[in-house]
Amino acid sequence: MTTPTVPTPEHTAFEYAPAPESRAVLSLQPSYGLFIGGAFVDPLDGGTFKTVSPSSEEVLAEVTQAGPRDVDAAVASARAAFDGPWGRMPGRERSKYLFRIARLIQERSRELAVVETLDNGKPIRESRDVDVPLAAAHFFYYAGWADKLDHAGFGPSPRPLGVAGQVIPWNFPLLMAAWKLAPALATGNTCVLKPAETTPLSALVLADILQQAELPPGVVNILTGDGSTGASLVSHEGIDKVAFTGSTEVGRRIAESVAGTHKRLTLELGGKAANIVFADAPIDQAVEGIVNGIFFNQGHVCCAGSRLLVEESVAETVVEMLKRRLATLRLGDPMDKNTDIGAINSKEQLDRIIALVNAGVSEGADRWSPACTLPERGWWFPPTVFTDVSPSHRIAREEIFGPVLSVLTFRTPEEAVAKANNTTYGLSAGVWTEKGSRILAMADQLRAGVVWANTFNRFDPTSPFGGFKESGFGREGGRHGLGAYLDA
Amino acid sequence: MPEPRVEVRKTYKLFIAGAFPRSESGRSYVVNAADGTFLANVAWASRKDARDAVVAARAALAGWSAATAYNRGQVLYRVAELLEDRRGQFVDAVRESEGVTARTASAQVSAAIDRWVWYAGWTDKLAQVAGSTNPVAGPYFNFSVPEPTGVIAVVAPTDSTLLGLVSVVAPAVAAANTVVVLADEHRPLPAVTLAEVLATSDVPAGVINLLTGPIEELAPVLASHRDVDGIDLAGAAGDLAGPLEAAGATNIKRISRPALPGHDWSRDPGTSRLLRFVEIKTVWHPIGT
Repeated sequence: MTTPTVPTPEHTAFEYAPAPESRAVLSLQPSYGLFIGGAFVDPLDGGTFKTVSPSSEEVLAEVTQAGPRDVDAAVASARAAFDGPWGRMPGRERSKYLFRIARLIQERSRELAVVETLDNGKPIRESRDVDVPLAAAHFFYYAGWADKLDHAGFGPSPRPLGVAGQVIPWNFPLLMAAWKLAPALATGNTCVLKPAETTPLSALVLADILQQAELPPGVVNILTGDGSTGASLVSHEGIDKVAFTGSTEVGRRIAESVAGTHKRLTLELGGKAANIVFADAPIDQAVEGIVNGIFFNQGHVCCAGSRLLVEESVAETVVEMLKRRLATLRLGDPMDKNTDIGAINSKEQLDRIIALVNAGVSEGADRWSPACTLPERGWWFPPTVFTDVSPSHRIAREEIFGPVLSVLTFRTPEEAVAKANNTTYGLSAGVWTEKGSRILAMADQLRAGVVWANTFNRFDPTSPFGGFKESGFGREGGRHGLGAYLDA
Repeated sequence: MPEPRVEVRKTYKLFIAGAFPRSESGRSYVVNAADGTFLANVAWASRKDARDAVVAARAALAGWSAATAYNRGQVLYRVAELLEDRRGQFVDAVRESEGVTARTASAQVSAAIDRWVWYAGWTDKLAQVAGSTNPVAGPYFNFSVPEPTGVIAVVAPTDSTLLGLVSVVAPAVAAANTVVVLADEHRPLPAVTLAEVLATSDVPAGVINLLTGPIEELAPVLASHRDVDGIDLAGAAGDLAGPLEAAGATNIKRISRPALPGHDWSRDPGTSRLLRFVEIKTVWHPIGT
């Protein structure tokens, strides 16, 4: 076996001229109402709040805080559509609306990428190359299912559930909207979608797309607001299904609130994924995978590879190569096409990351970040690596949801499995080795809903995604994703 | 003229980790036949017994879920063989407990045996029906497989002492889960007799554990137990179900809601119960030379 050579550390990042994406393609309105019954309407309960760009703290637009009466109106509108045109429509017709939406997302992809990056703080390279194309692909995939449900393995003529209340997070705002809406609509449900408080804008652009698609009024309603709007929605008696993506803590409260009702529930919650690197792994590739696993989207990823488990014999090499690679990452303006690490989505999230990182230091782990200048305005956190981490440290157990990696080591595959599974979560895991039989043996033993081998954070509309254990239940994507919205 | 023979009665005990202990609490309760005559003093399981049963189910999980699907199928089919062998005993037990005619009881037992056979045959087909290969846009062999959820607590139906019980236990274990069953509180004898069949079959110790006792006392222990991964509330009637479901949120348990009142357990079960306690795992395996 050859040990990869580690170049000398005086490596520096290349200098690039600024290459900002233009905002000209996007025309934001100063304020937005709620999208109910196919139109933007004024709220019944009043209240507005501002959505700001996390990279500059610039106010982007004013949006509406939907209250209980607005939730009533949206649910009533969704019910009317379900009992009316949408419920009666044959699958082949529903299908064509979904294909239209997929095409419109593709056509307006640049605008969507810009609004997503402005509102969320993620690098434009990611919203352009990942979020938006995957959102379009998701609609395209489920469009084709709408008239084939008899063949999907849920029995003959499977029935939709009715009105779905869907609450989504701020880390992939448009993509999560697509993950929720596409399968729900393909199976004949109608929806009330609640985007995250800090990232409402791409869902509002999506509302405009739904209008262009001439989707019948009420089939999709979009309510902006904070957690209280989400709570009124999921506890509303008029809905038949709750789909939630977010933290395990909130998921637990939602599970309690739907207990004893007729509502169906699917939850996609937190994670603390192990990314396991064996000594025989393609190390250069693995280092890229580790970076992609935890620093993609600033680590605001529920399936992020936040625990690096590396075989002891190569641990030093891997950590050294990782540090060298991190020194080349470019943190800054998310609208710059060369940016690798964007802004932290909110002050609250930044505070949470800082608190956990401080806990890591005080519990005795060794903290490292590359030399890196943080912009003055906005919310930022440098890529951070902890070594000397013990499995009992908070940074090895709790979801940080930020660009912070905890490195642990192992000696045998059994130890790697035991450490990887030693968590209440079970969303994802990574395995790096050149040995195919080892990949499959590890995949068999890891208690996680998604196992990536020699890759990480890869998504596809055909590939079911979802957790084991306290990472939630139900699947999104693939044939299995239909089950979340069918009475089967 | 000889004295009439005095019958030897059976002691009805718990079934935990392949053994038949009394409740560690030393308690028991009276179970009567449908016509009110005394049948037995049944073990009144305690919280500690419930926790012991969970420990046994957890310990059995690794072996049961790692056994080949073919092996699990044979083990479960063997249970059906023994049920058939002792059908007379089960007909009597169901008749006494439910107060039905011998003919009705016989039909119930036949259906229960046939249901066990149906699920035994599923062990090595589940992955083919519930799994998939997924045509992702990239150089990966991407496949999804069903895996067991883990330790499942089962609140047995209260309207069908054997067929209902088999209809909820067999699919969970066919899908490679291990279970802790709360028998029908007031009519548990067919369930305990089933446990005696399990003990003499090839089902590994701890895969199926059976508790008898008050549901209101025992079900909350299991619903809030952090080492229970899912709960089937089939027999949790009325107001009991909501709080149990809410308690299950503690560790995001998979919940199967109560069967609707008047549910006909003889109906074709389909695959829905088989798929209720499985977790879909998706693997991205690289393709390259």
